[in-house]
This record gives sequence, structure tokens and C-alpha cells, in this order.
Amino acid sequence: MRDPAPWLILFPLIWASLAFLRGQGRGGRLAVAGLTIQLVLAALLAEQIASDGARSYTVGGWGAPLGIDLYADGLAGVLLLLTQIVALPLVVYARAYFAIHPDGISYFWPLTGYLLAAMNALFLSADIFNIYVTLELLGLTAVGLVAAGGGAGPVGAALRYLLVTLLGSGAFLLGVALVYGTYGSMSLQVLTPLINADAPAAVFIAAGLMLVGLLLKTALFPFHFWLPPAHGGAPAPVSALLSALVVKASFYLILRLWLHAFAPLVTTVAAQLLGFLGMAAILWGSVMAIRQTRLKMLIAYSTVAQVGYLFLLFPLITDTNPAAAASALQGGVMQLVAHALAKAAMFAAAGTIILSIGRDDITRLGGVSTRLPLTLFTFALAGLTLAGLPPSGGFIAKWLLITGASGSDQWGWVVVMISGGLLSAAYVCRVLRQAFLSIEAGTKFSPVSRVLEWSAFLLASMSLLLGLRSTEVLGLLESE
Amino acid sequence: MTSALIYALTGAALFLIGVAGLILQPHLLRKIIGFNIMASGIFLVLVGLGQREGSVDPVSQAMVLTGIVVSVAATALALALARRLLDLTGKMRLPGSGEGMPGKKPDA
Amino acid sequence: MTLNESLPLLMLASSLVPGVVIFFLAETRFALRTTLNVAGAILKLLLIGYMLWGVVEGQSYVFRHTVLPGLELVLEADALAMLFVTLSAALWLLTTLYAVGYLERSPHRSRFFGFFSLCVTATIGVALAGNLFTFFFFYELLTLSTYPLIVHRGTEAAIRAGNIYLAYALTGGAVLLTGVVWLYGLLGEVEFAYGGVVAAMGPEYHGQLRIIFLLLIAGLGVKAALVPLHGWLPQAMVAPAPVSALLHAVAVVKAGAFGIVRVVYEVYGVEFAQSLDLLTPLAVVAAVTIIWGSLRALWQDDLKRRLAYSTVSQVAYIILGVALFGPLGTIGGVVHLVHQGIMKITLFFCAGNYAETLGIHKVTEINGAGRRMPWTSVAFSVGAFGMIGLPLTAGYVSKSYLTQGAEMAGMAWAGWVLTASGLLNALYFLPILYRLWFKSQPQAWPNEHILARGRKETALLLLIPPLVTAAATIAAAVFADTNWSPLFWAKIVATKEYLLE
Repeated sequence: MRDPAPWLILFPLIWASLAFLRGQGRGGRLAVAGLTIQLVLAALLAEQIASDGARSYTVGGWGAPLGIDLYADGLAGVLLLLTQIVALPLVVYARAYFAIHPDGISYFWPLTGYLLAAMNALFLSADIFNIYVTLELLGLTAVGLVAAGGGAGPVGAALRYLLVTLLGSGAFLLGVALVYGTYGSMSLQVLTPLINADAPAAVFIAAGLMLVGLLLKTALFPFHFWLPPAHGGAPAPVSALLSALVVKASFYLILRLWLHAFAPLVTTVAAQLLGFLGMAAILWGSVMAIRQTRLKMLIAYSTVAQVGYLFLLFPLITDTNPAAAASALQGGVMQLVAHALAKAAMFAAAGTIILSIGRDDITRLGGVSTRLPLTLFTFALAGLTLAGLPPSGGFIAKWLLITGASGSDQWGWVVVMISGGLLSAAYVCRVLRQAFLSIEAGTKFSPVSRVLEWSAFLLASMSLLLGLRSTEVLGLLESE
Repeated sequence: MTSALIYALTGAALFLIGVAGLILQPHLLRKIIGFNIMASGIFLVLVGLGQREGSVDPVSQAMVLTGIVVSVAATALALALARRLLDLTGKMRLPGSGEGMPGKKPDA
Repeated sequence: MTLNESLPLLMLASSLVPGVVIFFLAETRFALRTTLNVAGAILKLLLIGYMLWGVVEGQSYVFRHTVLPGLELVLEADALAMLFVTLSAALWLLTTLYAVGYLERSPHRSRFFGFFSLCVTATIGVALAGNLFTFFFFYELLTLSTYPLIVHRGTEAAIRAGNIYLAYALTGGAVLLTGVVWLYGLLGEVEFAYGGVVAAMGPEYHGQLRIIFLLLIAGLGVKAALVPLHGWLPQAMVAPAPVSALLHAVAVVKAGAFGIVRVVYEVYGVEFAQSLDLLTPLAVVAAVTIIWGSLRALWQDDLKRRLAYSTVSQVAYIILGVALFGPLGTIGGVVHLVHQGIMKITLFFCAGNYAETLGIHKVTEINGAGRRMPWTSVAFSVGAFGMIGLPLTAGYVSKSYLTQGAEMAGMAWAGWVLTASGLLNALYFLPILYRLWFKSQPQAWPNEHILARGRKETALLLLIPPLVTAAATIAAAVFADTNWSPLFWAKIVATKEYLLE
């Protein structure tokens, strides 16, 4: 296959549809097989990007403006690879999970397939209207997955999530309309020089609308309100997919538009504002995580905080010296990758614990350290990454971000990053502390399959190894 | 004022009305209607600004068609979820989560 | 990769690999677990023996791994590193044997020994770190791998101690990281080198360099338990005795002190640090710590708590030696790194023996234990004499160098501090010895687990390690002038740090 890119979109569509046809709850094996192939395809694509630079494809030979173009550069390559790497252990995990606890499995496989197709398509999109469509698809499938949990809580959370995501993509689409009205094109490649040459007020409004829409979907403080109930209430494999990958998709778009097409519109004030919102997210998310009584809600609030970290990137890459900006950008992407791996592992580990003891109460985790040592170890390793401690990928990310901040003399952000790490350590420790206590009377640990424990452990150990092998990721990122 | 601009301005107004409804109205059906008004507003802007020197731009028409399909699907999903929520809770409101925007006041 | 490149890596692997394997062993695989542990420790000692010889011969053992463009993980076995590595590895072997005996019937031994090995791996990493980044990397790893050991017992008290430890250590780590990144920002790369690397910076940077020094020392001072950052150490004594040994002698506290040695000598360079007026404040902090620790130790009835405060005081000797400008002070400080380790581990082994054999936890319960457990008590007495600094013990050697160093550096007050501390040490150790040997035994011991059988006062594995370290305490003094004593090695280090070659 010379061009893996279109197949990365087609493959999940095919296996998702097959899974749908096979009926409710069926298709786990299809998903595992499909994702294995996707992983190979993504690796192939990454290899091509690394050796030959960015690539574009014309689907079906139609070409813009009526046809669809796909475009993959280093950043897209990193995210595509990451998505398949995180999703494969998660579908393996999900099969074992739903075997024990089948609530929410009915349309899990087709929805997951469509979700992955939408996400891969989003990363590969080369024009802003296609981006809108993929965003919408991503939102709808994610909402479906959240609602699949059943019960008033998940359905309410799903509906709230749906309304937010619709509002977000509505704002984005209005932005698209304004841009199209101004320049008569939607292709990012065509738009970049046009915006560079001349940008009337309408384009500024458009960029603002698109940014706000994407921020809503990324759940940056104060738009985070929908995330904890949606991520905390869904079945564990769904929470893992959403927290690890889906919020990253809209962040990816912000980053990509910020760096390329809309770069001439970017101002220091906007960058600082995003940074401040990020800081608020770190503080608020961490404090709320520390105060939670339910394990999955704690992890969901941790996502709110970690998303904040990603936005600290913007003040560091906007109007700063190139060396600092480059380091910060690498740090931001590393943070994205490390968090995706760690958060998937953490939700998976939490799911295993909940399956085994049958409840989701942080104050009653006594005995987990002796009955589920590997799962607790997984949780702790993922926690290392979140707190940015060595030898994890999170540490390298933090190092790069701090280097970027100190290199551009923005010491305030250094303080934020370092104290954010300590706050993360605090909420991770709250869980570990309880887990090391001895077993409470009346707690029964039902046995869980090894697949659950090991697939989560695999994710956590990847987030750790990333700390030692980050040059490869950064090498791929650099290929233009 | 050209007709394109009139369309665009009307669209923008509709968008704002829709967003306001989506955020401020506590009743779910009204929220969903708000979303539809918002979407119509965007489509008007697209069609309005898409006209170049009076001729019809096929690309913007195609986009609006796609947009309509997406919004129909989204509306259907929203209605199904709202229906489900009504069955489960007996209310056409979002359950309060302590903090948050759409449907901020849980059950006044 | 050549042999010389891979040796530092092998040194890490010799404890990392057994550690990882042990995690996955069933609780019941006692023999295999012990074999792995001991084999790893012996392999490490053999490697060290070979490398010690190589370092004297002028070989260099460096391993480099590029983590990021321009950022390397460097492991380098220089003279100072070898000193620390030798200490840690030798004590690791003894502590492992001791722990096997100590934890014989307790649960979760696989987890315990797994983290124990990880902890030693991190310590070796700290010792071999060739630049500040690598140092920080392993320093944090050490914090993390010690936590499960402190909370090992799973009691409320243990978990509270663990959380206090973590709060102190991670905050210290965050402060350290700030300093490290700042320095990297100024220099690009901070590789350790004799004579320091920052001296070349112009005077316009001196203000920044002072702040960075403060950050680095504050971060390291948490682990080194410098007053007022020492609060975690007395709390952590709830951990099992082998863990206390690890905290106080082999790894944690030592890593902090060792880091301060590296920063003063090989980042700033002792002469440059002196010219920035950084050494005198450091000496004052160390002196305050010495006195404060000793004073607090006086009032502790809990034996391990008293020993913990004694550590606070004794580790500050190392820092004081570092802060005394002049080779004699340096020799005293560096050699005390080793001497304090072997003396304090003896005391903790003995305290563990009293607790494990007779259920004695408090000083007031120890009356007459000397007749019931003569060998343990002899070892304890040797350790205590060493702490006081009596002749023919390792403590005497370090103290005499420190006192001379204080005179040479023109800080006579530091000499007085040392004398005062010696007196205080005597005040809190001699009453224990008096109770041990001269008071009569009580009717019954608080909780006698292991009954005396003939001449065996307790389990053999509990007895041998303190006897070995007690013997080492004396040997380090008697053979101080030979070519293989810690003192000889400390002299080599001092020669290199002052660029006297």
C-alpha cells in the first residue's frame, strides 16, 4: 500500500459497519484485528513522513475544491500513530471488560470504529470544512458512547455533552462560513498565503469563533463543566478513549491553525489569555480532583487539569525566541502524547479496580495494593507521568516546557508548571494512600482477568518508556 | 446593501438567537430548537456570503447540504437522548451537576 | 558499545533486573528471591571491585544516552561516584541479608524486595550521574521507589509517614528542578567536572548564580535533612528496620548529602563558591543542624526516633566538611559520607534486633539487654562510640579531619560546634549503654519473639550484618592509612576537587 492515509479512514469505517451488521455487542475481534492493521498503517505513514516529509493525497483523484484532499505532516503523523497505539490496547481491554460487565456494550464496537475513523480523518483533513464534518462525527459518536452507559446520569451527561459539542461545532462552522465568504476557499494550503497577505475584520471574528468552538470541545476552563460527568460516568473503556484521545483532537486543531493558517492573526494577548485559562484549569481541575470522592471523577477532573497544561504552550510559542518556542512546542506535543497514554492507562486501571471491588469510592480502596498489585502499579506509573516525574514521558514534556518558559524569561509559567506537578502528585497520592491500607471488612475482591491488568499496564509502561525514547517522537514531529 | 449582506446579517442574527436559546432555555426541547435556529443561521451566512457577483457558488451549496444532513442527524440524536432522559427522570431538563452552563439551574 | 561504556549500565542492571523479576515472583518463592537478590548484590560488588581498580589506573567509565537533542543521560564512574557506589552496594548486600531475616514471616515480601532493589538502582544512578539532569532524574526516582517501602506495613502511622515523606521530598524535588532548569538555561549543559563549571560566567550572572545555589541546596537539603527541612526523617522511622537502614545509611539521606557535595565541588567549584560567599552560610546551616539534631535526640525515648535525630545531626557533618574551604575539611566531609553510613547502619540493625527479638522499642525498656543479647549490644556500643567520636572508631577519623579543616578554613567556631556535638552525642548515647550493660534485666521482655537457644541470642541473619558493620567501623579507623580505606579514597577525591594534581 503506497498511500496508507486514506486506508486509515476507510478501515475503521469498514470494521465498524461490519460490527454493526453482526448485531449488538458483537465485533470485538473485528475491532482488534482492524486496529492491528491500522497500527501498521499508521507506522508506515509515520515512516514515510519521517523519511520524505509531509505528504498530501487526493482522494479519488478529484482534487479541491469539490474533492477531498488529505494532508499529513509530522504533527498529524504523531497523532495518528498515538491514536492507534492507545486504541489497540484499549479495545483489547474493552473486550475483557465487557465480558464481565456488559452494560453499555450494545453499540460499543461500531461507535468506537466510527469514532476512530472520524479522528483519523480529522488529523488528515486539509480543509476547514472537512475539519468541521469530522469534528461533528467525532462529537456524535463520542456522545453515543457516553450515553451507552444507560441510566439517568450517563444519559444526562451525554445530552449535555451533545449540546456543548453542537454549540462548539456551530461556532466553528460559522467561522468557516466567514472565512469562505472572505477568501472563497477552504483549503488550508490556499488560505495560508491569503491570510498572510490580507486579513479583514471578518477573518478575525472567524478565527475567534473557531477558537471558542474548539475550546468548548477541548474542555478548557471555564468550558470544562461538561467533561467530568461525561468522562466519569461512562464505562471505563469509553472514559479512557474520550479522555485520552477525543479531547486531544480539538486541541490538535487549535494548535495546527494557530501555528499555520491563522498564524498572522495570532496576538500575544490571546496567547497569554489561553495561558491564563490553562493555569486556571490546572488549579481548578487539581483542586476539584483532590476533593472528589469517586475514583473516576477524580481522574476526569485530572483531565481538566492536564488539558490546562497543554494550553500553557501558547504563551511560550507566540512572539518568543525561536529556540524557546521550539522547545515549548516539543514539550506541548510530548505532554499530549504522554497524557494520552497515561490517562488511558489510568482509566483502565480504575475500571479494573471498580470491576473487582464493585464500587467507585476512593475512601474505601483498602487492600487494592495486595489484591490488585499490578493494577495499582499501573495507576501509580500513570500518576508519575501526570505529575511529570522522571523517568516518565511527562517529565520530559515538563522539562521541555519549563526550558521553553525559562528561555523566554516567562518565569511565572515555570512556577505554574512546577506547582501543577505537585498538585497532580497530591491527587494521585490520595488514591495510593487509600490503596495501601489493609482490607476493610466486607470488601470482596472478585477475580479479574489478566488481560484487563496487562493491557492497562502496557499503556502505562509506554507512557514511562516515552521518557527514554522521546527523540523518535520529536524526530517525527520535526519532519515538515 | 447587497442581498448577500442581508442574508449574512440575518444569518448572524439567527445564530445569536439560536445560541441564546441553546444556553439560556432550561427546557430541552427549546434547547434543541435553539440549536436548529443556530444551524439555519450558519447556513444562511454560508449561502449569502458564498454568492460571487450574483452567480450561485456550488461549493457553498454543497457545504450547506452536508451541514443540513449533519444537523438533522444531531437533532435526531438529541431528541432520542432527551426522550430517554424523560423516561428515566420524568423531566425535560438536564440534571444539575453543581456547576455548569447549559441548563445551569437544575430544577428551579 | 565498548566494555567501559557498558559497565556503568551493568552496574544499574545488576540491581534493576533482579528487582523487576522479583516483582513478578510468587510470595512463596523464597529461595529464588533471595538468590536473585544476593546474586545481584555480589555481581554489583564484583563490578565495583573491577572498576575501583580501573579508576585508580586512570580508566574512564562513561555511558551516554541522548534523551533529547542537547540533553543527555550520562553515567560516569569517577572517584567520588565510586566512593558512594561502594558504600551503597556493600551495605545493600548486608541490608538484604538482614531484611531476609527480619521479614521472614511478614507478607508482601516480593513487593518489598522489588522496591528495595529499585531503590538501590536509583541510588547507584544518583552516584554515577555525570550531569545535573541525570542526577535529578535518579534523585526523583529514589523518592518514588522509597515511598512503597515506608508505607510497607499499611498501618495508618506508616501511611502518614509516607505521605509526609512524599510531600517533603517532592516539594524539594520541585525546588531542585527549578534550580536545575535555570542553570541549564544559562549554561546549556551542566556536566559535573572537577573544579566546577560555572566559574566562567561573568560577574553579571553572580546574583542569579547565588539564587540558583540556594534553590539547589534547598532542594537537596530536604533529603539531607538539613534543619529546618528535616521534619520527615523522624516520622519515617515507623518503617521496618531494613528500610530505616536504607533511608539513613545507604540511600536517601546520603543522596541529598552527596548531591550537595557534587553541587559545591563539581558544579560551582569550591573556590568559586567561596568567592561568591556561599560556603559560610552553608556552614552555618550545617552547624545549626548539628546542634539542633543532637539536642532533639536527647529528649527522645523511642530508640529509633533518637537514632533518627542523631542522623540529622551526623549527616550535617558531611555538609559542614563540604563548606569548610580547604582540602582537610573536604576529606573530613567526604570520608564521613562513608563512615556515618557504616556506623548508623550498625545502630539501626541493632535497634531492629532489639525490637524483633525482645520487643524493645524504647530507651527505657532496654535495661539489661546487654546480657541477653551480648553480640548485638557490642555492635551497638561500637556504633555509639563511633558517633561520639572516640579513638579507634571511624567517627574519630572524620572528626579529626573536620576539626583540622575548620582551623584551616579560619572557622574556629566550627571546631567548637563539633566538640559540643561530640558531648551531646555522649549525653544521648552513654545512658543507653549504661542501661544496656549495667542495669539489671526486667522480669520479662516487652515481647519476646525469638527465644535464646544456647549461645544464639537471635536469628543468625539478624546478627551477622551489625557485627560486620561494627567491625568495619573499627577497621576504617585502624587501617585508615592503607590504600584501600575510605580515607585514602577521600584523599584522592579531595586532590582532584582542588585540582592539586
